[in-house]
Amino acid sequence: MLGGAAALGLVLVQDSFGKVVQEAKPLFDVPKDPTKILGVPPGSLGTRSPFEQPQKIPSITSSRTPLQQLFGTITPSDLHFERNHGGVPLIDPEKYELVIHGMVKKPMRFTLQDLKRFPSFTRICFIECSGNFRTGKAELTPQEICGLTSQSEWTGVMLSTIFREVGVDPKATWFLAEGNDAAVMTRSIPIEKAYEDAMLVYAQNGEALRPEQGYPLRLLLPGWEGNTQIKWIRRIELADQPFMTREETSKYSENIAGGKIRQFSFLMDARSMITFPSYPLQIQKGWVEIRGIAWSGRGKITAVEVSTDEGKSWQTAALQEPVLSKAHTAFRLLWHWNGKPTVIMSRAIDESGYYQPSYKELVLARESKGGYHFNPITAWEIKNDGSVWLVNDRS
Amino acid sequence: MMLLFMFACSSESKKRSEQRKFGFPEKPDETDWPTSFGFGEEADEALIKKWNISIAPDGKGLPAGRGSAEQGAPIYQAKCASCHGPKGWDGPFDQLVINDAAKAKTIGNYWPYATTVFDYIRRAMPYNAPGSLSNEEVYQLTAFLLYANGIVDQHEEVNAETLPKIEMPARKLFVPDDRKGGREVR
Repeated sequence: MLGGAAALGLVLVQDSFGKVVQEAKPLFDVPKDPTKILGVPPGSLGTRSPFEQPQKIPSITSSRTPLQQLFGTITPSDLHFERNHGGVPLIDPEKYELVIHGMVKKPMRFTLQDLKRFPSFTRICFIECSGNFRTGKAELTPQEICGLTSQSEWTGVMLSTIFREVGVDPKATWFLAEGNDAAVMTRSIPIEKAYEDAMLVYAQNGEALRPEQGYPLRLLLPGWEGNTQIKWIRRIELADQPFMTREETSKYSENIAGGKIRQFSFLMDARSMITFPSYPLQIQKGWVEIRGIAWSGRGKITAVEVSTDEGKSWQTAALQEPVLSKAHTAFRLLWHWNGKPTVIMSRAIDESGYYQPSYKELVLARESKGGYHFNPITAWEIKNDGSVWLVNDRS
Repeated sequence: MMLLFMFACSSESKKRSEQRKFGFPEKPDETDWPTSFGFGEEADEALIKKWNISIAPDGKGLPAGRGSAEQGAPIYQAKCASCHGPKGWDGPFDQLVINDAAKAKTIGNYWPYATTVFDYIRRAMPYNAPGSLSNEEVYQLTAFLLYANGIVDQHEEVNAETLPKIEMPARKLFVPDDRKGGREVR
């Protein structure tokens, strides 16, 4: 929308009085008529249009996907969110090895080449950090509210295929997954997930994994909180109990009703987010296609309902097919805005019959105002002038 | 030539393609798979020993060594205080020690297992020099942090035998996931 401005950069120039001021200048030359000048020849790597500058928002521990700038459901790999606990390691794929041991018939080591020789599998699913909720002011974008979710097409080998190869002891009930990063990140995973749909993936959107997503190999646990999907995985240990690592006890656990702390809450509950219109856009009276994404760790999204009258009534949005299990699903609803102030919002419903709750419902149920696994309905206030603002749940 | 080839191809694959309905499966069809593919090698004891740093809550995996809070205090001040604060609650990063003035989640009021303290320090701390502490130093720091949170005495020895037996105050608060999908908000 602000494409032209993206081509501008601020430079220091002298004004007519000799004073140094900042001025916007084009960063590249834009021909008046592209049909009258020879274009750029084919290259060895593709590029983004210089008018398009989508950016993640980094902090010291994470960086967030610009959900409001994306189309469809696949996150471009360089815009996939990041969350790491000791930086991104540099790992030589030639020296890489995965060790599997513990309660197995035969402890084994696999090179990356070994793992790529096994029957491969490809699926599309989201990965979402379970600490993916922000509120507290009206000036927040979808990226700032819940940009710690992204979706890719992943390719690798089913973990069950590798477990067959090592011969898992039938008494094993958990496995530990450990990363090869500076945090040597570890999580204990119930073994059922290995046989349900867990994968060891080496590719993302048609190419090798990005380092930020776990190059050369990561664990993929479709629908589960991102932290469990150990990146740069180097070791798997089969056991008959969880290891109670720091990330599954003091972190990634949440306060719930009665002063209790909920642990091993792996599954990501259903959520939706209207990405258009959203802060800081300004819409015009007339037809507006409300757009967004919805997803659930329990399976497929079965419906997304949208309200354009502050939640008094709800309409069923159209879902973009194919609707995939444990995947970002695009929705849209055509709406005619009459120019009067209102609030719009969406709620996701999944195949378990789960209804995405409001912030108030979550607070009431958990006796907690935030924390991990907070997935409330996001509402956008539309003012007289068409400006869009987040409805601040904590106001 | 091309036509013949295509004809041969289609008759061969006819049977299979007639049965197949393409959907979005979540795992591959394993029907024709062998029991073993034979890829990868057996991992020997030495390799496993080198990489296996797991510690279970029952103490399995804890190495030899020991330490007390008294011994851990100077290591804490030298290697941990810059991030976590000289008192454990007054630093720029995670608060480790209970402080009545703040409601922060600390080792004393939130960590359910003492073995986790040892495991986490050994695998990931100090943040700027992970994996640089000896097992002895890790026991000493663990003892110091437990002492600072009022869980062990200043001179109490912490080792592979005693650590898993330490009862953590928050342990009783932990419950497994109770969400089940459906209409109920949990």
